[in-house]
Amino acid sequence: MMSEDKLLEIKDLTVEYRTVDGVVHAVTDLNISIGKGQTLGLVGETGAGKTTTVKSIMRILPDPPAKIVSGEILFEGEDLLKKPESHMREIRGEKISMIFQDPMTSLNPTIPVLDQISEAIVLHNKITKQEAEQRAGDMLELVGIRRERGSDYPHQFSGGMKQRVVIAMALACNPQLLIADEPTTALDVTIQAQVLELMKEIIRTRDTSVIMITHDLGIVAEICDYVAIMYAGEVVEYGTLRQVFENPKHPYTVGLFGCIPDLYAEDDALIPIKGLMPDPVNLPEGCRFHPRCNQVCEKCSRERPHMVEIEPGHFVNCHLMVPETEQGGEQDV
Amino acid sequence: MSEKLIEVNNLKKYFKTKNGLLHAVDDVSFHIDKGETLGLVGESGCGKSTLGRAIIRLSDPTAGEVIFHGQDITKLSAREMMKIRQNMQIVFQDPYASLDGRKNLFESIAEPLKVQKVFSNNADLEKKVFELMDTVGLARRLANTYPHELDGGRRQRVGVARALALNPEFMVLDEPVSALDVSIQAQIINLLEELQDKLGLTYLFISHDLSVVKHISDRIAVMYLGKMVELTDYKTIFNDPLHPYTQALLSAIPVPRLDVKRERIILQGDVPSPVNPKPGCRFAGRCMFCQDRCREEEPELKEYSPGHFAACHRAMELKESGGKAE
Repeated sequence: MMSEDKLLEIKDLTVEYRTVDGVVHAVTDLNISIGKGQTLGLVGETGAGKTTTVKSIMRILPDPPAKIVSGEILFEGEDLLKKPESHMREIRGEKISMIFQDPMTSLNPTIPVLDQISEAIVLHNKITKQEAEQRAGDMLELVGIRRERGSDYPHQFSGGMKQRVVIAMALACNPQLLIADEPTTALDVTIQAQVLELMKEIIRTRDTSVIMITHDLGIVAEICDYVAIMYAGEVVEYGTLRQVFENPKHPYTVGLFGCIPDLYAEDDALIPIKGLMPDPVNLPEGCRFHPRCNQVCEKCSRERPHMVEIEPGHFVNCHLMVPETEQGGEQDV
Repeated sequence: MSEKLIEVNNLKKYFKTKNGLLHAVDDVSFHIDKGETLGLVGESGCGKSTLGRAIIRLSDPTAGEVIFHGQDITKLSAREMMKIRQNMQIVFQDPYASLDGRKNLFESIAEPLKVQKVFSNNADLEKKVFELMDTVGLARRLANTYPHELDGGRRQRVGVARALALNPEFMVLDEPVSALDVSIQAQIINLLEELQDKLGLTYLFISHDLSVVKHISDRIAVMYLGKMVELTDYKTIFNDPLHPYTQALLSAIPVPRLDVKRERIILQGDVPSPVNPKPGCRFAGRCMFCQDRCREEEPELKEYSPGHFAACHRAMELKESGGKAE
């Protein structure tokens, strides 16, 4: 979907969970890519398949029940899905690392934080323990924590500080790709602002590519270059930040914006999306969004829509869209 | 004009901990008019939930008065309180934890009606429960389902139906939409607004999400570390906030718009511990306008313009200089 230097490219990824209740279609025919130094926001509600997607990249999905049915995940041109586990261990933490949502549970409570950071450094580099600790101390300072506090245990830090430790750990080996799964959801707004500011600064200075999972469109506006909106395991809209925010086209994307109160508008009536998320075991026929869509037509319940490029780089997965080439530019739907 | 439904005077709620007294709510006064929604915002640990609970005496306040219909309810006996409770109800944050997993939806909604012995025969009870289900938008066929079979949005509707069962005048809504996805959140907010219009309810809406609070509230109170630092109508708080904490809080909200450019105030450090707080302004340690006076003397909540209260020594001075004072 993107030109230039692609660092990561996911092609037609389909992931299922095979459970006793049936097959959960977590991710279906997903295509996304991310270039060097870019930040991609992956947005969607609970059960949209965001976390499953990034866990497939890291190859940390529990199998069984998870099964990557088809697709390719090309990282620097090589398919991660074909790599042996030993090779993946070298990639995780060194080339691709991940920040999880809850800093309270992603640190080991029995090990001082400096040791937890240097563990990853020793694992991936041929250096002595002292050198690793030195570098771990540098990382703590980078995220704004005094070096001396490295000997403290996680419970001695506040939530925001713990998340900084997790960020320091994720960046310790200078990865090319950082996956952040709702990194600030568990934090208070003023602390969230501190952590986001820190992440922005680090992304800019280190030229790290980032996949940012979030349900908060405000965070996306703040930090991302590209946005992919997910619904029920599919990307329904994809484009640059400007394209998706200023010209949202998919009825679900439009609906999402209608659901959030606008701080800067006098009249901020909420227009909720009717209905509920579909059962992933029993997804609707045709377009997965059609039972909740306010612009549904007869075709939607029969046929699955395809991604349509409505303007260069702006893709929408909806029957209402007509490709730019057939339309000759502007269109009205 | 508007009539005060509830008046809170110098309310305090302290908890004993092994390190000292935890000042969860410290000398807070305000009132809520009939039919009004007062939004209460603040970060974790600022005492907003404790305040909400103390007002309806789910926990007994350490000191202060809560005057409801002209009567100080902090002095009532448990028996008298039970009658008053029909009039004041609460909806909790987590719809996964606030329902009894062994009661089906019908039993959950019927419970408050049974406790208060509202109906003498089952047919009336059944009629009322089904009416409540219609009111909150739950399909009647769900009456026999258990909480684990329902999604978060539906569970929260059960929570609202339970609270409405006894026709209360006043409801404390403690983060009622925080655990829900945005599309469901919007459904519940709209439901709460409809119910207020239809039934003339008065709300205390507690939330950490300022956009939601602004949307639903008539007036907004901001709390920091057990203290109320600012109180005014929803427009003024966004257009003309006086307290430096309110300003920082507002600037910290990520806004899903590309056309709004704001100057962000990044606060240093974390919220300090509410155990044995230091004298002076509670916000002094993180405030960029802090002076010696702020560390020594505690600011009072003062009225700066009609209906606009703030607790900051330098509020006026900062307002006049446009927040640029050194």
